[in-house]
Amino acid sequence: MTGDSVQAAKPETEAVAESADFVTCSIAGQLFGLPVLRVQDVLAGCQTSPIPLAPPEILGQLNLRGRVVTAIDLRRRLGLKPRDAGGRQMSIVIEHEGELYSLVVDGVGEVLSLEAADHEPSPPTLDPQFRRYSAGIYRLAEGLLVVLDVSRLLDYSGAQAA
Amino acid sequence: MDDLLSEFVTETSESLAVLDVELVQLEQTPDDPELLSNIFRLMHTIKGTCGFLDLPRLEAVAHAGENLLGKMRDGELEASSETVTLILECLDCIRGILGALAAGEAEPEGDDGDLIRRLDAVFEAGAAPALQAEAAAAAEPQEGTQEEIGPKDGSAQEPAIGAQTIRVSVDLLEDLMTTVSELVLTRNQLLQTLRAQRETDFAGPLQRLNLVVSELQEGVMKARMQPIGNAWAKLPRVVRDLAHELDKKIELVMEGAETELDRQVLELIKDPLTHMVRNSADHGLEDPQTRSTAGKPEVGTIVLKAFHQGGYIIIEISDDGRGLSPAKIRAKVLEKGLLSEAQLAAMSEQQILQQIFRPGFSTADKVTAISGRGVGMDVVRANIEKIGGTIDLSSAEGLGTRVTVKIPLTLAIVSALIVESAGERFALPQLSVVELVRATEGSEYGIERINDTPVLRLRDRLLPLVVLRDLLELEASAPVGAEVSDDVVALPAGERRKGAFVVVAQVAAYTFGIVVDRVFDTEEIVVKPLAPILRDIPLFSGNTILGDGQVVMILDPNGIAATTGEITLAEEGMETGEAAARPEDEQVAMLVFRAVDAAPKAVPLALIARLEEIDLERVESLDGRDLIQYRGQLMPLVQMEGAGPLPKAGRRPVLVFTDRQRTMGLVVDQIVDIVEDCGRVELSSAKPGFLGSALIAEAATDVVDASHYLTLAFDDWFGTEAAEPFGSDGEGRCVLLVDDSPFFRNLLSPLLSVAGYQVTAVESAEAALGLLQAGSRFDVIVTDIEMPEMDGFQFAERVRRNQSWRSVPLVALSSHATPLDLARGRKVGFRDYVAKFDRDALLDALQDTLAEERGAA
Repeated sequence: MTGDSVQAAKPETEAVAESADFVTCSIAGQLFGLPVLRVQDVLAGCQTSPIPLAPPEILGQLNLRGRVVTAIDLRRRLGLKPRDAGGRQMSIVIEHEGELYSLVVDGVGEVLSLEAADHEPSPPTLDPQFRRYSAGIYRLAEGLLVVLDVSRLLDYSGAQAA
Repeated sequence: MDDLLSEFVTETSESLAVLDVELVQLEQTPDDPELLSNIFRLMHTIKGTCGFLDLPRLEAVAHAGENLLGKMRDGELEASSETVTLILECLDCIRGILGALAAGEAEPEGDDGDLIRRLDAVFEAGAAPALQAEAAAAAEPQEGTQEEIGPKDGSAQEPAIGAQTIRVSVDLLEDLMTTVSELVLTRNQLLQTLRAQRETDFAGPLQRLNLVVSELQEGVMKARMQPIGNAWAKLPRVVRDLAHELDKKIELVMEGAETELDRQVLELIKDPLTHMVRNSADHGLEDPQTRSTAGKPEVGTIVLKAFHQGGYIIIEISDDGRGLSPAKIRAKVLEKGLLSEAQLAAMSEQQILQQIFRPGFSTADKVTAISGRGVGMDVVRANIEKIGGTIDLSSAEGLGTRVTVKIPLTLAIVSALIVESAGERFALPQLSVVELVRATEGSEYGIERINDTPVLRLRDRLLPLVVLRDLLELEASAPVGAEVSDDVVALPAGERRKGAFVVVAQVAAYTFGIVVDRVFDTEEIVVKPLAPILRDIPLFSGNTILGDGQVVMILDPNGIAATTGEITLAEEGMETGEAAARPEDEQVAMLVFRAVDAAPKAVPLALIARLEEIDLERVESLDGRDLIQYRGQLMPLVQMEGAGPLPKAGRRPVLVFTDRQRTMGLVVDQIVDIVEDCGRVELSSAKPGFLGSALIAEAATDVVDASHYLTLAFDDWFGTEAAEPFGSDGEGRCVLLVDDSPFFRNLLSPLLSVAGYQVTAVESAEAALGLLQAGSRFDVIVTDIEMPEMDGFQFAERVRRNQSWRSVPLVALSSHATPLDLARGRKVGFRDYVAKFDRDALLDALQDTLAEERGAA
């Protein structure tokens, strides 16, 4: 059990390799990237059954080809304002420590191959909650891309970001 | 890794595990030639394979060990404690090299010269055992004296693993299980579709598929089963090492090692078991001196026992050590500030013992290397509960401690009841469901409330209720309580009329009801573990995918019980016997209320049909009596003696007494509580309307004589023989009531009188026999079973033996009627067996019995 948290506390090392592929997505107008190797699926919409008593950012769970997937609203997890009712949503399914999670975002873009040269650590002035879940920034022509640290995003053990 | 090498590593690891066990056995039976040659053979195989695979370092160590063992096998060297220790050290060395080999594929660098020299030294000196012992002692300065340890069971004749088995990787088995789980789900889905379509050609094949899938599921489950002995294999070694380290003499007895359980469960209980055995060895057992002073054998015993019971496996770990000291635990709890003095004072000894499961508690005065590793019993308990198990503990100071662990055989597929609350479905493991009750307004079972807390009167007990909707906070958006009426549980208006379902669940000794809106089928569900981010919610144990593809949460009855009230830990232990034998301590549910003055008053709950609250404006006065329209009838209202006239407005609680067609309401000021109390009533009261007083919940409470008020409401409630008794079924027949408890005599006499019987009540079987001897004649005898001196069974036998009485029918009265009691009762001649608090059943039984008599006559 204690092994999990040690592993989870490690920052994403693949994000700083020479060149890396990312699935891009947008949340509240901001561009984010998830390491492509961790992405299992991209789903349009998200029909979930709710989980009583769960933290608010947990939207519920769904059945993906016989496996149970826990859906997490990234807007809430990142401390952003909630999505307007009826707003567009898609989800990216990733596997983390043997469990499937569906990260609910506003939209999913293309897969980008990004150079390590464009990578930078997150500026210290970033909102703490934002900074906690980011594994650095890529400078792109069309804007800045925030790399999401999946392990930290899904680490609910002990030190919960309130 | 090279296939050959990986197979060697697996095989050698297995051999090492066997060697560990057998060497410890050898220490106890040094001259068992079969055992010795087996050990030698295993060591030889290891050495031989090393040579073949070119692993020189490993070979050298194994070779030195083999030499020594060879000498022992040939009888030239005695298998003393020292030699065995040396060989075990050799095994550890092999294990270490093997571990490095498994990780790095090449033999690690290192020098085993010292170990080999010591092994060789003993080998050289082998011919002269006395000399050898000295040499070993010189080489092994830290070695202690010989101790008696090791397992006692006869695992020397280990079941031979025949050629009928093949080795399958664990991953493959797991995959297979997952696949079968999916298949089960798909089958469920198909069956659900089938149910919707009556006429289809698929019906036949689908039924067959259903059958095959079930068989397949069973087969795969079986394949995952392993004997629990696998989890125990390390324990003899652990105990042996501990004994050495602590200078104790410990004997480990293992029973039921062949008991099988799911591999996954096995893995999960390994560590808790080891921890508990360590605990027993370290904290439980005393050192030999203390033991002999206490008059116990010097060798302490730890017994590990496993067996099947229902769908569970029970594991008991007991020792004959010093036991747990409630005083020490109490002091520790106080010192650590886990509980307050007042909280502790209210606890029974059994409850205090349970405190060792509290996080932050550790009994050992000093943290030792053995069990004080910061892992306490709280972690053990958490781990066991995580897999749906329970843990219980009993202990007698000075005599020993016993921990009982109950865990399900498998975690993968369980049968579950699907329920719905606020439109959401949930699965509830069938194992903890006792029964289902439909609670509707006006039906036999209605939900009542005590100070806003819903309860259900179920037969002769009161069931605490948990409303799932509230527990899961399912209705945050709906207006809570907007339409809640006073006499019904907080359900929305529409559903209230339809009624709710109560799932009666049992966790250990605690029975409670879960209120849900709907109940569906029972389904075989595949339990999937919760995502780690959800594990903090104690009410769920997992999730599953239902036949229609929807994901639902699996409710955890343990968690529900724990969050809603204290789990009444079973008060069973080493001292239960006497309590059960005392018939005086019968539990009676008493309703405590206030009326007239501040003194608490009580009336047996069994007498009350309903609790209502009435609007005083609706009370009508007729001929100086208060009446109210109630369920289409006029119900007379009475008040306690000494109360003034009823006010004209406001609301008051009313206790409703019903008997056949008649209903009466006793107006009180406030309903306080329902208390389970022993029915010992001091019969001293001269006050009219009171039976006497009793100590209820530590307050002197007046026990109200309900019959007094019944007569107030209806002059003819106790229809005398002269007047036509309204019950008329009794018709003035004579009943002899035998019960040692004055309380019950006073409770039942009026009841029977109401029904028109003429009652004579006596307090013992002897007194009853005296009456019969004196020539009194009765139409029927109703007797209690649990009585001091002569019990009901003996009494019945005496009655049956007498010529003139043998025709008098007997009805037994008992507060706990088990099937065994029933059978015994019939055998000694009881016509019927009635639970003490079931008055309707008693009246029916009397009527039937007497009718039978008449028919026979």
